[in-house]
Order: sequence, then C-alpha cells, then structure tokens
Amino acid sequence: MSRQAALDQVEATSSVSSETLVRVEGCTKHFRRGSEEIRVLEKLDLEVPKGEFLALMGPSGSGKSTLLNLMGGLDRPTTGSITVAGERIDQLSRPKLAAWRARHVGFVFQFYNLLPVLNAERNIELPLLLTHLSRAERKKHVETALEIVGLSHRQKHYPGTLSGGEQQRVGIARGIVTDPTLLLADEPTGDLDRKTGDEILDLLQALNRDHGKTIIMVTHDPHAAARSTRTLYVNEGRLRAEPVE
Amino acid sequence: MKFLRLVGSNLKRKKIRTLLTLSSILVAFVLFGYLAAIRQALSQGVDVAGADRLVVRHKVSIIQFLPESYEADMERIEGVAEATHATWFGGIYQEPQNFFPQFPVKPEEYLAMYPEFLLPEDQKQAWLKSRTGAVVGRTTADRFEWKVGDKIPIQATIWTRSGGQRTWEFDLVGIYDGAEAGTDTTQFLFRHDYFDEARDMARGQIGWYYVRVEDPDKAAGVAAAIDNEFANSPAETKAETEGAFVQGFADQIGNIGAIIQAIVGAVFFTILLVAGNTMAQSVRERTGELAVLKAVGFTDAHVLGLVLTEAVTIAALGGFAGLGLSWFMISAGDPTGGLLPIFFLPRQDIVIGIVLVVVLGLLTGLLPALQAGRLRIADALRRL
Repeated sequence: MSRQAALDQVEATSSVSSETLVRVEGCTKHFRRGSEEIRVLEKLDLEVPKGEFLALMGPSGSGKSTLLNLMGGLDRPTTGSITVAGERIDQLSRPKLAAWRARHVGFVFQFYNLLPVLNAERNIELPLLLTHLSRAERKKHVETALEIVGLSHRQKHYPGTLSGGEQQRVGIARGIVTDPTLLLADEPTGDLDRKTGDEILDLLQALNRDHGKTIIMVTHDPHAAARSTRTLYVNEGRLRAEPVE
Repeated sequence: MKFLRLVGSNLKRKKIRTLLTLSSILVAFVLFGYLAAIRQALSQGVDVAGADRLVVRHKVSIIQFLPESYEADMERIEGVAEATHATWFGGIYQEPQNFFPQFPVKPEEYLAMYPEFLLPEDQKQAWLKSRTGAVVGRTTADRFEWKVGDKIPIQATIWTRSGGQRTWEFDLVGIYDGAEAGTDTTQFLFRHDYFDEARDMARGQIGWYYVRVEDPDKAAGVAAAIDNEFANSPAETKAETEGAFVQGFADQIGNIGAIIQAIVGAVFFTILLVAGNTMAQSVRERTGELAVLKAVGFTDAHVLGLVLTEAVTIAALGGFAGLGLSWFMISAGDPTGGLLPIFFLPRQDIVIGIVLVVVLGLLTGLLPALQAGRLRIADALRRL
C-alpha cells in the first residue's frame, strides 16, 4: 500500500472531529547501535483528530511505541515534523518540551510505573507539583481524578498494597490529573488479566466518550483495540490501515 | 518545599542503607570535630595567645632558670609595659596521673598579665592576704571537686621544702573562670614569695618571664631589645611572642596541623567514595522512576536538583548530627584527664565543618545528578 493510500484509509476511518490535534508528517526515526543503523520509522504520516480514541497495533519492534513516544515528546524524530495542538514539538528545546509535556500530555504505562515510596494520592499529584497550584488546589484535583477512576477509597494506599488493576487506575489518574490535551497509553492492559483489563478499557472509553479526551493507545490485543474508535497498524516502520498478514 | 516531600520519601526508600550512609558521615564528622579540638589543644591555644605578651626564657632551654632580678631590668626597657614571672612546679596531687599545671606566681602581677583569668575580687583579696593561699581554674576545681576553703596537699617532684620535706599544703582561696572558650582554666597558682622562702634550692631564680609590650606591632623589636639587654650575661634570654612560644611547644610533637589534615583528608576521601557510590547506586536503581518524572514534565534541571538535594540532605543529616555529637562530647571536657587543658571545638572549625557538609553533599550527588539530568526518557523506559 502506498503512503497516500494508507493516509486515505486512515482518514476514511476517522470520524470523530474535523479538527486535527496531532499531525505527524514525513516522520523518520533511526537508532544507532554500534555501527549498525536501525530504521524504526520510515517517512510516516498520521493525523489524529481531537476527541479520537486511536489504537496502534503491530508486532513487537514494529515501531508503535516509538511513534507514541514521538507524539508525547519523549523522543525526537530523526526527520519530519510533529505538531500537537498547533505546536511543532519536534523543534522545542528540552526544557520547553518538558514544560509542554507537563501541560499537554498524560502517560499511562504498561507496568504502571508508580513511585513505590509515594501513596496513591502523592503519585497522582506528581505532575501538579510543576504547576503553580496551591496545596489545597492540588488536593482537589487529585480527589477529582481519584473519583473519575473510582479509587477515592484507596488514596492513602501505597502501590505495593494495590492490585494491578488499582495501580493502573492510579496511573490513569496521574495521566489525567492535569486535564491534558492528549492521553497516551502504552499497552495499558498488557500486565492485567482479561477482566481487569476490560475495566481499564471501560475507563479509557469513558474518558474518551464522557470527558472528550483524545487517547492514543498502543496495544497488541485486538480485544483492546476493538474499544477504540479507530485502529491503525504499524509494521516495519510504516503505518497501515489494515494488519499485514 | 513541595519537592522536599519527594526527597524525604526517597530517603525512606531503603531505610537501612540511608541509615548506614548517615552513620558513616556522622562518624566522619565526629572524628573531624574531635581532631579539630585535639589540634587546638596540642597547639595550646596559639590562636588565643595574647598578641601583646612576650615569653622570655633562658636561651639554652626553658628548664634553665633566670634570675628574679631581671624583672626590674626588663621593665626599664623601652616598650615594656609590665613584666612578671612563673616557674614550673610539677607536683603531684594524690596520684601521678592527676596531672594539672602548677605555677608559683606574683598574684597581682600575674592576674594583671592575664586579664582573661576572671577571679572574684574578694577571692583575690583573700589570696593577697594568705601566703599559703592558692587559686585554681574552674576545670581543675570541678575535676577534683575542690571548693574554696579546702586544703590542697601537693607532693613535690622538683621543689622540696627546706629540710627535704616533699609535701606542700595550700589553702584554696579562689577559683577563677575563663573569659573565653580558649582560656586555660586548669592552672593551679600559688604565691611565689611563699614558694621562694620555703624551697630548699635555687632561691632568687624563676622559670620564665611574661612581658606585656606597649605596642603589639613593636613586639619583635622589644623582644630583640630584651635579648640584647642580657646578652653575654651568665643567663642569656630568648624572648618571643606568646604565640610563637606556644607554637614552639606544639612543633616539638610535629606539624600537628598537617598530621590532622592528612587524617581528616583520608577520612573524608573515603566517605566521599562510600557516600558517592551509595548515591550513584540509589540513582541507578531509580532510572525508571526518574524517566517517569521526566515523562510527566519534570525538566532535566528538576531531576538534577532533586538528586542533588537528596545527596546534600543525607550529608547534612549525618554531618550536622556528627558535628553536634562531637560538640557535645568535647563539651564534656578533656578526655585525657588533664593533658589537654584547652579542649574545645573552635568556632572556625565549626564553620569549616558546615562548609564540608555542603561540599560533601554536592560532590557525592554531582555525578549521579548529572547522569539523572541527562537521562533520555525513551531509552530509560525501554529498559524497564
């Protein structure tokens, strides 16, 4: 499939909003391992409309997490541009990119990545420490986030005393506590059993449907991808609308 | 402030490791404080020696005597304000290990020469009235639980009394305090006239002179004039400032400052390696967490600052506790029971200690902090 054909198909399946929130243009990402150059993404284009719940699928090493990292400003493309909410994030300096992430992006990780020394509410509060909010305001935001993920009764619990599903809910609460423009989830159900995974997917769907959050989720699981409003496939560094057999 | 809670939580992550690191730093600073006090004690108060006081001794050795008649001659030399003398008595109180310095002196002249010896006026008058009277510094009085009115028997090792009697009995009429932390409050002082009359040898001879000069800037010139005055006499003199005299004593043991600096340097280098390695290990273990912090918006500078603050906090907790503990232990007094009469932690060493705490914290945290600051989020997350 040609790049244009893939893009046409991508656009054909997106139906959420005409306003583009994320625009990836001609994006290439190469890594160097010793003398070997590894080409992870090749001239990739993608548009994500505001309010979409996009699933990125693909085999291991296909470049889907790399693409997610680029859109979240965790890494920079080798060539090409990435624009989020009208801002060219690939051109921002490291400090400005960090500030941008704090304002605009929430991350949900496969293994939750909570700080074990902080209880649930302190973990959720972390991104708010970078704002000018007072302690009382931060507390209020944390309580709201905990309420959304249904964990108000576990706010004082440390990660070690929470189940996997509960830890992921805390991770999601941390991701949404700043009310970000974009929520990026990397295999959010990858470490959970089916039932708990479904609960997490219910939560992400609710965030997309009821709170209008734009979500981009990387997953291996077709069952999880089925919850999204659109699914794209990354294979050998290129984006496709259909899985490669 | 809001980030300090994060630092505090990290310190509680591995309590035993944090405690052991704190303890090693604490021990290093206790050692630092103690060695500083010992250096001060061995230099016998060079820093607190009077700038306007000279010590005049026999040119050959301090154990050679000088004639008592020199006092009047010295006072005639231009630039000399006043002169007095003292002699080493070297007696034993009950047991040989109960060491403290004892000097026969002229009470009024000696107290005028040492205004930092604070003796109540009524006790001074009592001393002037009593030929067998003696005064003692607070440290020695407390050590032997002496009080005014006690009779103090001292066994002579050098100065036997007429008739060969070794016991000298003194009436304790006063206890003096020091005006400053460095003032020697271990001395036992009694009257020279009683001593000179009762001793069975070397009458009219004294150990050394103290001379107050009118202008401290001209002390070297006055010292030279004194030595010239007694040149080619049977008892030639060597005059020097009190500071130089005290330093000369200290130098007999060796370059104490250099020895102590070497010990402290070795200790701190070791602690630097231990604490630095612990800090580096602690940061390595948290690579993923630091990457998450950066992912949620913490800048390189934030993460660098957090790690540095953590290192400085560990150094500060251990270091200040160590300095405090050493101060407390040193305040309990001379651990040798009299060999180190001036035993205190000098203020300048406290300041050096505080600076060392901060420097140690910054140095142990610097490399791990730079590593954490430079951490690439995507790489670190991939390694999780």
